[in-house]
Amino acid sequence: MTSAIPAKPVSPDLEAETAPSVGPGGPSDKKAVAQYSERVRAERRLGWILAGPAFIIMLAVTLYPILQAIYESLFQFRLTAPDEREFIGLGNYLVILTDNVWWKDLGTTLLITVITVAVELVLGFALALVMHKALKAVRGPLRTAILVPYGIITVVSAFAWFYAFDINSGYVNSWFAWLPGIDSDLNWFAQGGTALFVIMASEIWKTTPFISLLLLAGLAQVPDELTEAAKVDGATWWQQMRKVIIPNMKAAIMVAVLFRALDAFRIFDNVFIMTNGAYGTEVLSLLAYRQSISRLEIGLGSAVSVLLFLCVLIICFVAIKLFKVDLAGAQGGK
Amino acid sequence: MPTRKRNSTRNRSRAGTVASVLAGTLLMSGCGPADGTETLTWYINPDAGGQADIAERCTEEAGGAYRIETSLLPSDAASQREQLARRLAAGDSSLDIMSLDPPFIPELAEPGFLAPVPDDVAESTTQNVVEGALAGATWKDELVTIPFWANTQILWYRKSVAEAAGLDMSKPVTWDQLIDAAAEQDKYLGVQGAQAESMTVWVNALVESGGESIIVDPEATSDEIELALESPAGLEAARIVSTIGDEGLGGPGLATQDENTSMINFQGDNGSFMVNWPFVWPATNGAVEAGTLDASLIEDIGWGIYPQVTEGEESAPPLGGISLGVGAASDSPDLAYEAIECIVSPENQAEYFVSNGNPPANTEAYEDPRIEEAFPMADTIRESLEQSAPRPQTPFYNEVSTGIQQTWAPPAGVNPETTPENSTEFIISVLRGEQLL
Repeated sequence: MTSAIPAKPVSPDLEAETAPSVGPGGPSDKKAVAQYSERVRAERRLGWILAGPAFIIMLAVTLYPILQAIYESLFQFRLTAPDEREFIGLGNYLVILTDNVWWKDLGTTLLITVITVAVELVLGFALALVMHKALKAVRGPLRTAILVPYGIITVVSAFAWFYAFDINSGYVNSWFAWLPGIDSDLNWFAQGGTALFVIMASEIWKTTPFISLLLLAGLAQVPDELTEAAKVDGATWWQQMRKVIIPNMKAAIMVAVLFRALDAFRIFDNVFIMTNGAYGTEVLSLLAYRQSISRLEIGLGSAVSVLLFLCVLIICFVAIKLFKVDLAGAQGGK
Repeated sequence: MPTRKRNSTRNRSRAGTVASVLAGTLLMSGCGPADGTETLTWYINPDAGGQADIAERCTEEAGGAYRIETSLLPSDAASQREQLARRLAAGDSSLDIMSLDPPFIPELAEPGFLAPVPDDVAESTTQNVVEGALAGATWKDELVTIPFWANTQILWYRKSVAEAAGLDMSKPVTWDQLIDAAAEQDKYLGVQGAQAESMTVWVNALVESGGESIIVDPEATSDEIELALESPAGLEAARIVSTIGDEGLGGPGLATQDENTSMINFQGDNGSFMVNWPFVWPATNGAVEAGTLDASLIEDIGWGIYPQVTEGEESAPPLGGISLGVGAASDSPDLAYEAIECIVSPENQAEYFVSNGNPPANTEAYEDPRIEEAFPMADTIRESLEQSAPRPQTPFYNEVSTGIQQTWAPPAGVNPETTPENSTEFIISVLRGEQLL
């Protein structure tokens, strides 16, 4: 049987990435490439042939719209007034950045991001520990059970949470009436604080499994010998956790935080379904939606989207440069 | 292994089913010029199936001249507009017939997205049409769409509550009377306080009932538009909204209450008076038939004309409904208008009212004896339609409406001294491109 795939089960990309740092003294990339054998180069070529088409499609569906949005954002352009399209340079950006609405929505978005990611990290870690330590017999069903919320479509879970808390159809008010502040007259979606609470709870419920999965991969990477050695030395559970386990899975934690922070920053579905941005719950994605889709102001909407994209880039930059997230180091990537 | 085998058999048979359904669909849809019949696509707003029935009837009557296929739009008016505007701007040729909400018609007519109405069609379809519906179908003195059905809000009340309050419901009542009655008896007033289109509907009706229009000159350009929210009528509207909000007369759910939830509250123990569309009647009857509501409720429900703002001055009830437009890029606009003539026939309008609860735009349709039977309040609806006032007819309706929603909801947050001014400033600066919405 002949096969085009090389016999050695190493991905060409992985080898190319790890190879330069293997040699003592760390030879430069160029030298390393020159030193590649014929076989490695063939593998790299194969890698490009296999990944190339997907790469080109990715460019077409992401890079092209991004460039188009940047271009459109320089115009005053309303879809229903195509003849009045006018170049205004950075005018749209000026309108947005001098408007309170932008800063208020940015604040709401950051609040949601920080709270949901922090809570998810703690809960996710606990769930990861449970999954890691669970007996073999229950491990499968347990992991499945924990992952169920993540498998539910966000819009569906948003509706479920909305109807649970809705003052007319919801059951939360009557079930939790014994808690102070909750009674049958509490309209959760009539003010920002309570509405954001429901939005964030729904978000946390749905995406904690994702974080716990990434952390589980990180936990599995911590060598058992290290924890055993710590145990022998008389370390308590907390000391093992703090001195051995967490430092050894730092890469996985940072990747999990980065992915979730980027996701949470782009939150849309939950807010759109539950409040449609009413009463101080508007987030940046919804602001972009309102300008481009509802108002059909393509220029203004594109400018909001570009700014949103820049915010995401900044978060990436901060995470990778300042917190030194090593994307290649963690194996549990998306 | 046997499981897998069974599965594969099942998969095969499923694939077979899919293939035969596909083949059937292709055959049914004619898929091309097999029989030479032109297919018209009618983008409809969701209803109880009435528009699809009419499409079928008109297809039969056309005798092979055309076939109407319906395509469903999203459920709320704002999303319907978004989809249609995007498709029209992109020159989608499948938009042969569209069910359009009147406030959004100017926005589509202004850039020439709608095919012009042929004179003979305009003449034959506008006889006996109520004035409000006609105004809603017109832009810059030209008929740009064909009125299909016209909606209006009336005052629904619980006879027991009105009686206890000592109100004479045979005459029009005022908002203040309703506010007092609800406060005295500790009941909820059915109004729509959610940050949604229904808020604009309410504010517009209050301002119009006070003798002003939200936009002074609807045909003005975006940098010349003037609003009348700060007029005495606007201030009075703010007083009514804020009183109901402040005193909790709308119930705890007011800030998120739309037409449907206000109906549900009206049907409950705290129901008293409610302004709402006629769908309330078939919906309540349906719930009684299904056994979810007590039959005695029907006996307790009364109706009258929309409440007045000032005693003795006729109110201007909200106007809604659907007009039919033809996309400018449609391949067969003439055929589409021919189909529209069939769709809006008085018989079809009457049938649609009886089956779906949407009132005809054509007064002739009200002669149908079935209507009186199904809708005992048909006369009130017709009277309300004659008296009604449309929402601002402007290409910038979305900005004006969203601006009102963001500043007038929740009702408890409305301050008669600041809200009209704030909302005017906000809407004007959004229209001038100086602020985000």
